[in-house]
Amino acid sequence: MRELIGLIAFIPLLSSVALILGAGRLSRIVIGCLGVGSVGVAALLTAAMGLDFLANPEPFQVTLWTWMQVADFAPGVAIYFDGLTLVMMSVITGVGFLIHLFSTEFMEDDISYARYFAYLNMFVAAMLILVMADNLLLLYLGWEGVGVCSYLLVGFWYQNSANGYAARKAFIVTRIGDTAMALGLFLLFTELGTLDIQALGVAANAKWQVGDNMPLLACMLILGGAVGKSAQLPLHTWLPDAMAGPTPVSALIHAATMVTAGVYLIARTHELYLLAPIAMIAVALVGLTTSLMAAFTALTQRDIKRILAYSTISQIGYMFLALGVGAWSAGIFHLMTHAFFKALLFLSSGAIIHCLHHEHDIFKMGGLRSRMPVTFWSFMIGSAALAALPMTSGFFSKDQILLQAYQMHGIGPWLWLGGLVGALLTAIYSFRLVFVVFFGQANTEPDKHTGWRMAVPLSLLCVLALLGGWIIIPVAEVFPVASDHHPAFWVEAVSIAVPLIGVAIAYLVFYSRQLRLEGLVKAPLMQKIQHFWFSGWGIDWLYDRVFVKPYYGLARVLKSEPVDALYNLIVRVNQSLNHWLSEGQSGQMRRYIASMVFGLIVLLAILVGVL
Amino acid sequence: MLEITLFYIAATVALVATILAMTRANAIHALIYLIVSLLAVAVIFYLIGAPFAAALEIVIYAGAIMVLFVFVIMMLNLGEKGDAREKQWLSPAVWAGPALLAVVLFAELLYVISSANGPVSTGVVSAKQVGLSLFGPYVLAVEIASMLLLAGLVGSFHLGRRYLDRNTPEEEKSQRGAE
Amino acid sequence: MEGLNIPLNHILLVSSLLFAIGLLGLMIRRNIIFILMSLEVMLNSAALAFVAAGAHWGQPDGQIVFMFILSVAAAEVAVGLGLVLQVQRRFKSLDMDNADRMRG
Repeated sequence: MRELIGLIAFIPLLSSVALILGAGRLSRIVIGCLGVGSVGVAALLTAAMGLDFLANPEPFQVTLWTWMQVADFAPGVAIYFDGLTLVMMSVITGVGFLIHLFSTEFMEDDISYARYFAYLNMFVAAMLILVMADNLLLLYLGWEGVGVCSYLLVGFWYQNSANGYAARKAFIVTRIGDTAMALGLFLLFTELGTLDIQALGVAANAKWQVGDNMPLLACMLILGGAVGKSAQLPLHTWLPDAMAGPTPVSALIHAATMVTAGVYLIARTHELYLLAPIAMIAVALVGLTTSLMAAFTALTQRDIKRILAYSTISQIGYMFLALGVGAWSAGIFHLMTHAFFKALLFLSSGAIIHCLHHEHDIFKMGGLRSRMPVTFWSFMIGSAALAALPMTSGFFSKDQILLQAYQMHGIGPWLWLGGLVGALLTAIYSFRLVFVVFFGQANTEPDKHTGWRMAVPLSLLCVLALLGGWIIIPVAEVFPVASDHHPAFWVEAVSIAVPLIGVAIAYLVFYSRQLRLEGLVKAPLMQKIQHFWFSGWGIDWLYDRVFVKPYYGLARVLKSEPVDALYNLIVRVNQSLNHWLSEGQSGQMRRYIASMVFGLIVLLAILVGVL
Repeated sequence: MLEITLFYIAATVALVATILAMTRANAIHALIYLIVSLLAVAVIFYLIGAPFAAALEIVIYAGAIMVLFVFVIMMLNLGEKGDAREKQWLSPAVWAGPALLAVVLFAELLYVISSANGPVSTGVVSAKQVGLSLFGPYVLAVEIASMLLLAGLVGSFHLGRRYLDRNTPEEEKSQRGAE
Repeated sequence: MEGLNIPLNHILLVSSLLFAIGLLGLMIRRNIIFILMSLEVMLNSAALAFVAAGAHWGQPDGQIVFMFILSVAAAEVAVGLGLVLQVQRRFKSLDMDNADRMRG
């Protein structure tokens, strides 16, 4: 049974290869069966593997083959399976399967049906390799595979050059983080002599003390990679633009794959982070800042997918906060619940977009509650979970994070307070979305209805988003035990109350309109702030000025090849010399004679001793 | 004293005639000045005791060689147009540089010959002495000179014959190709 | 016939002057006939120097070299004038600047 674990990653990969090779020759039904079926089989295998593991919770390692061998360095294509791997694999294959199923209907009319599923399967395969990898090198392979697939999928509708731009941006921005991560891997290898994750933890603990500089440097470099992939400050700018891809792709990127990779990476290397408390504080601060910034931005957006994108950035920020305060299992738990409700939100927004002629602007929707009941309830449940209303899945995970943040020494209460503000904002923007899109008067008529292939994934995800909080993830063995100390009752009470307050505010402002903000919103200062938030805190503008424009300037300078000017000068000198010398070879006898006479004069002068 | 005076007169005539010959636009005029110059040099030969050389100078140089020039010039039949063009070519811009070179070279030669002192010998080197020497130690050189003249004969015949033909071989070939 | 007191260096001076004039003519003329004339002047000036030197030593060798120069000049003029005809034929002109096919 355990030897079959490699199949989980390889079945989607094989299916992807088959789809690429068979492109144009397969019927849509075959493509759908291959694309969805391969991930379905992987999900079933994962489930079987999970049951097996829960019965006998012993981590194990399977080496498929040795990847390469250079002296002592012999990374294998090896799989390490423990509770964390199981959780990640379940999320990827489970949620991934539902998204695939949803896609078969969403992409029904697209001409590049096979290409779409080939990319999607490859995406899942790369992510599975990432989470199953036994060593950081194989993990890095999956990591880059995910990056490539995200590039291909974001730019899926490549005929529109804006999509190509978004794809390139996603690829290049994450590449910056990947470079940092690669440097981190090099550092770890030179310092500890291995990239095997388990061996790495042992070696690091043996070699380094808590607070040493070397683990701090390594952790910061790995954090750089995680920040790039998980779209955290300052490398988050690619994610909102990545909405250019098909909506199910957004769901896949946001829920099951890609952005969770950074969280997974930090959780996986937590033994290193425990040696570098400063790096952990950095993780927490990055998470909190990103979370608040993205929440403010989400509040002002009009595009339904962009709102969800910023909410993802914000939620990943929560996960980073959790990792930073040492609440590893809470972070992973939130990753899982977030996968459920964010997939749900994206798929239902996909359903809306699908049925509303690709309309993205929420203010052109409205009143969809009665027209699209399935979607409405899905979205409602997803938003409730996102806002962490009591008893939904998001509530359990977010509550854990906030409480554990509060208990951190020193800055804990401040982190908690920041997290609370974030939670309040989350509740406001998510229910703003619900009230604007589903209530009020209808602005656009839906022209399609959701079929079973959309409805089934939505309903399943509804169940997961509602009840996912009761799942107990088997990661107790993986992470050090968090303190079981319960904070004061008022802290918990406030944590629970804040999202409700947020929903109430959203209700008053966007539904019953008892709270009128027009005066406030129209004030010049508020207009400016709103605009500032709308533009994502001007970070795109800043990067454009600080990096892109100077780079273009540099490229323009280099385009004229200043270095080659030197060589061109040599050419010029030679050409002009050639010109002069061929002038001398004029073919005119008088000149030849004159030059002979000149030579004669010089010779004679030498002979008689004048010179 | 008479000889010395005659020498200076002859030298002056030779120089002036040569300068005039070099600067004429008309080839026939130049040729006549050149003959004058050669005759003056022949006088100098006579004065320094080389009567045989003087005779050869007049007979071969001023006679035979210059007549060749005259033949060719008449054959080419250059007209007035050529004279005007020659004048145009003799502008100061053209000769200033070469003149400078010639002057410098002359100054150097002057420096070299300034060490040659003393008068030329009083005696006359007769034709007999020359003849004995020529067919004595120099007989091989005479043979070589005869071969050179033969080569010159053949060469000039070869070159001149083409002029008399209507067409060059290349033109013949192209004409044949056209037919 | 008494050749008296003509200083050798004066004859050589005349010879050098003739040589320089011939050289100047060679450099400034474009007409090939004048070029040949200039060559004659130069050869003649050399001949003058030889004869003068022979006279200085009272030996016949100077005159013998003069005769060789004479034969060289004759051969040279014969070939040179043949070339004049060819130049006129090819370029319809005696301008040697036209004959510059060896230009680099």
